[in-house]
Amino acid sequence: MDKKKYMTVDGVPVEINGEKNLLEIIRKVGIEMPTFCYYSELSVYGACRMCMVENEWGGFEASCSTPPREGMNIKTNTEKLRKYRKNILELLLANHCRDCTTCEKNNDCKLQALARKFKIEGVRFPNTASKAERDQSSPCIVKDQSKCILCGDCVRVCNEVQNVGAIDFAHRGSKMTISTAFDRPLAQSPCVGCGQCVAVCPTGALILNSEAEVIWKALHDKELKTTVQIAPAVRVAIGKELGFKEGENAMGKIVAALRLMGFDEIYDTSLAADLTVLEETNEFIDRLNNGGKLPLMTSCCPGWIQYAEKKHPELLENISTCRSPMQMMASIVKAQAREKDEKHFHVAIMPCTSKKFEAIREEFTVDGQRNVDAVLTTKGLIRMIQEAGIKFSEIEPEAIDMPFSTISGAGVIFGVTGGVTEAVLRRVSSNKNRAELVTLANVGQRGEEGIKEFDLPFGERTLKIVVCSGLGNAEKVIKRMEAGEHFDFVEVMACPGGCVNGGGQPFAVREEKSKRSKGLYDTDRLLSIRRAEDNPILNELYNGVLKDKVHELLHVHYGKHK
Amino acid sequence: MKQKIDFSVLDQAIKEYGNEEKSLIAILQRAQEHYRYLPEEVFAYLAEKLNLPEARIYGVATFYENFSLEQKGKYVVKVCDGTACHVRKSIPILEALRKELGLSEQKKTTDDLMFTVETVSCLGACSSAPAVMVNDEIYPTMTPETAVALINELKEKN
Repeated sequence: MDKKKYMTVDGVPVEINGEKNLLEIIRKVGIEMPTFCYYSELSVYGACRMCMVENEWGGFEASCSTPPREGMNIKTNTEKLRKYRKNILELLLANHCRDCTTCEKNNDCKLQALARKFKIEGVRFPNTASKAERDQSSPCIVKDQSKCILCGDCVRVCNEVQNVGAIDFAHRGSKMTISTAFDRPLAQSPCVGCGQCVAVCPTGALILNSEAEVIWKALHDKELKTTVQIAPAVRVAIGKELGFKEGENAMGKIVAALRLMGFDEIYDTSLAADLTVLEETNEFIDRLNNGGKLPLMTSCCPGWIQYAEKKHPELLENISTCRSPMQMMASIVKAQAREKDEKHFHVAIMPCTSKKFEAIREEFTVDGQRNVDAVLTTKGLIRMIQEAGIKFSEIEPEAIDMPFSTISGAGVIFGVTGGVTEAVLRRVSSNKNRAELVTLANVGQRGEEGIKEFDLPFGERTLKIVVCSGLGNAEKVIKRMEAGEHFDFVEVMACPGGCVNGGGQPFAVREEKSKRSKGLYDTDRLLSIRRAEDNPILNELYNGVLKDKVHELLHVHYGKHK
Repeated sequence: MKQKIDFSVLDQAIKEYGNEEKSLIAILQRAQEHYRYLPEEVFAYLAEKLNLPEARIYGVATFYENFSLEQKGKYVVKVCDGTACHVRKSIPILEALRKELGLSEQKKTTDDLMFTVETVSCLGACSSAPAVMVNDEIYPTMTPETAVALINELKEKN
């Protein structure tokens, strides 16, 4: 066995055990370095210089981009380093809009937090921040260059993880900005609205477009009936900021809070996900048996749909014609409202920023009226709960309203990568006993890898199934399809790990994110109905509002937004 | 001003340099040489051919001073304002040229697309200071008067 290697951090000897960089070594001593531009999921950029350490000769090294070496002796907190970091912060603040109190990211901003930590009490330099010019063209994301610190996190996540490349650095030196090509409005760029850039932005330069005001207005309008649906991934991500544990299912509390806010009826999107399972499975089996276009690619994720429309229109025929669960739910709710001729405002609470775009698509409007009138992200919901003064930890949990209350575990796991696939497999499998659920849980669709593939025997053939999350990973699978590889079923979720890590979710580090996935699998296990087809409400719907209207209300053909 | 653009020069450059990210600058230089600037249409074309985001190409093109996104004149007049030329009074030359052509620091190109007047930090022709370069030709030891005369000479040529 190799001899153990050691180095020294602030006088403490630390073993080197395959760590990529000094940051990870320093963390082992119990010290968290200040950083703006470092994320373990992204490439190392080394731009912010906050994580500098001093070596034994008094030189500085950036701990994010320096690999540990045996015998190294570094200090993380010296007089020189403190002065250096404060200087960086002062310079960043000198070129930054400092209207913190009216900033969306107030109290949630890394620059603000570090300025406070390092006790920046004044900035010696004149403020040279550009005038705030908000790009509000996108329904999903708002960009404000005056709050940008050029850390490049957004550029790297957009290019490296999502392969979208809507934004990049432009110009040089003091004129440098983060920009789309020709500084076009975001809405006219290849942006798919996934919101991963917003999730990593340390400041208020990239924020979510909020529809809270429209929702408050509707709630205060006594003429309007207000209903709301809650997506699976919301319930396991909302808790942490409101006093729960990460990944804990807070559905009962969410329902209670929404009632207090004034919603008339509250539904669970998981029920519509059950509908999606049935419709998508029918489509899959039909394509398998009748020589239809394969692979069937999933259609629940609006980020993926936009990506396909903009980059791979040739794949639109592969994409399932099923509407997303959000739109299935909304078209049923609105169809019923139209029958009753009632004034109705329907809100969808989603982990997703791209859903805001899906909601305004003309495919999902009837006579010019949107089926989903407003989309609220998980972060947006937290804000509204706080604004209403609701003490989330103290209110008593409540149940979802009929008729959209009965859900199956299959619908719940839509919120995690592999969930749609597993739900479809449960439906496709002819073996309906409980043990089969355990078998199906372990065929290869679960886990956090970006690309998961496996073969599954089905009748006389073997199905080739791929589950991918993160658009960069989807692109890799598409490249393989272009090279001639055959797949039968491809699940794509734009956000790495699936909806639990959507752009509208509160920020979480990797370990916290896996707790959210676990939270959904736990919920699934505790439900008495695990298969979509066992959900009794679906029969009622098929015999009621959906009678002769399945295609009109549950299906769609994409391709309009190129 | 949108015009039909002939992309064959780009195809030729891609063939020569390869359709890879690392060839981008060389290809952009060829495009700049041919069109005398980088037309917007070139970006979308190259983005597809090189499989690069348009935003990335825009980033590279705006980083380098040598690339221009605005259409330039037939004659690009570069007044050297390096140290040697500056102390030998290059600024009056620049001012005289701008006045003669009705240009300014913001408006660099004449409306008839004949002349572009810009400054460069050094042409490397310090022994001939103050120097002016028109397209690829150096004109040594200029004065405001000889510079204006040069412009008129070029005007007459056309």
